[in-house]
Amino acid sequence: MHEFLEAFRFIAHNGAIAGQPALPTLTHLALETLKVGAIGVAISLVIAVPVGVWLGHVHRGSFVAINLGNIGRALPSLAVLAIGDAFLGLGLTVVELALVILAVPPIVTNAYLAVDGVDRDLVDAAKGMGMSSAEILRRVELPLAVPLVFAGIRTAAVFVISTTTIASLAGFSGSLGDVIANETSYHFSGVLGAAICVAALALAVEGVLALVQRALTPRGLLISQPERARGRVADAVTA
Amino acid sequence: MTGVALAASGPVIPDYGSQSSSCVVHNHFFCTDWIANNWSSVLWPALRGHMLLCLAAVTIGFAISLTLAIAAHRYRRLERPTLLVTTFLYTIPSLALFELLVAPVGPNVFSAEIALVSYTLLILFRNILTGLREVPDEILDAAEGMGMSRRQTLWRVELPLALPAIVAGLRIAVVTIIALATIVYTIYDAGLGVPIHNALGEGPFKTELIAAGGLAIVLALLADALLVAAQRVLTPWTRARAG
Repeated sequence: MHEFLEAFRFIAHNGAIAGQPALPTLTHLALETLKVGAIGVAISLVIAVPVGVWLGHVHRGSFVAINLGNIGRALPSLAVLAIGDAFLGLGLTVVELALVILAVPPIVTNAYLAVDGVDRDLVDAAKGMGMSSAEILRRVELPLAVPLVFAGIRTAAVFVISTTTIASLAGFSGSLGDVIANETSYHFSGVLGAAICVAALALAVEGVLALVQRALTPRGLLISQPERARGRVADAVTA
Repeated sequence: MTGVALAASGPVIPDYGSQSSSCVVHNHFFCTDWIANNWSSVLWPALRGHMLLCLAAVTIGFAISLTLAIAAHRYRRLERPTLLVTTFLYTIPSLALFELLVAPVGPNVFSAEIALVSYTLLILFRNILTGLREVPDEILDAAEGMGMSRRQTLWRVELPLALPAIVAGLRIAVVTIIALATIVYTIYDAGLGVPIHNALGEGPFKTELIAAGGLAIVLALLADALLVAAQRVLTPWTRARAG
């Protein structure tokens, strides 16, 4: 386990390597990774949430919404980046484009399932109370859909961090993947240290989003939610 | 065939002259003749390696997940810890997980397979377990009434009825693994990542990049379609209900 000791030493030195003063620090690279990823997730949210929520609200397009999720998974990040590189040349634009292509499908699929799956009796009750379609969406469907919508966002966020680091393999520089892709400068201890940081970053993002999801979930749903959400996701995947 | 033999005994620096058309020489966007010339020496070995990596990973992952899911179906207590561990593994980005395994296991096919298998577990375990749990109680009662043992019920009633959910999980797992296997080249020289990586280093020549990347995507979509077809054959009753 000598390698792991060396790797932790590398992390403790914040990515500094003796004799190579010009290398960026690990903190800097971690923040860059988060920045690139956050831009990608933000763009995806703006595109995917309205589409998924609207399709779910009108109960249409289930085939598209569900299969989109599977097609999104079928796209290898590296292949998307490589093909984007071939057509447009690699830069932040192509990386963000790849992130959006990979993050939109899970968000659309989950937002659709979340809103489409809201108990019809509740929607009928809201109608009976005289709510308009927009009010039903805003005051009934959306609050109840939050947990599952958020599950999609979490999946997307993890995809995005993973892909941002893979972008370094395609030659994009500006993430923790730079260290992993550059064993010549960093040696294996550096590569391993960066891998530990990437794993920690992904787990931290997942953890924070899980907490946000919990905070946004209506209190009434918290007790029964895990069971229901899980059953529902599997249902949907079956369809 | 002679081209391959020549290359093997030829100089270290490959002789592009023997096979380069004007398309290749002038770096046109996509050269079909390059594909034809390099299919048997570059693309097919990479594709075959890719398929073998994925097949092994999904088979092993399925065996482990099935065991875990059957255990968790019987003993509810096992569900939470299993989900916790598999979610943890699933969350670690692929590039990082491969490197983390290299330290204890080494840069070989075992590291690659352990990482790929670990990504199938969450998906397969969750879907198999949900499938098993969704079998209606009346059906289980009927099986018991017919004098079936617990084991018979599992293999002859519960698992067949869980097939749609299981295949749904397999679809996601297969497609995910085919996508992830392109990263395997960073630790072990196999899969479609190898030509993608080589192509990225080749500068303006884009054919190999598009061909290898495209093959990975087509492979995933084909595998997905194949599983859908398999499910239709294996579970005729789901169609009868839908129709």
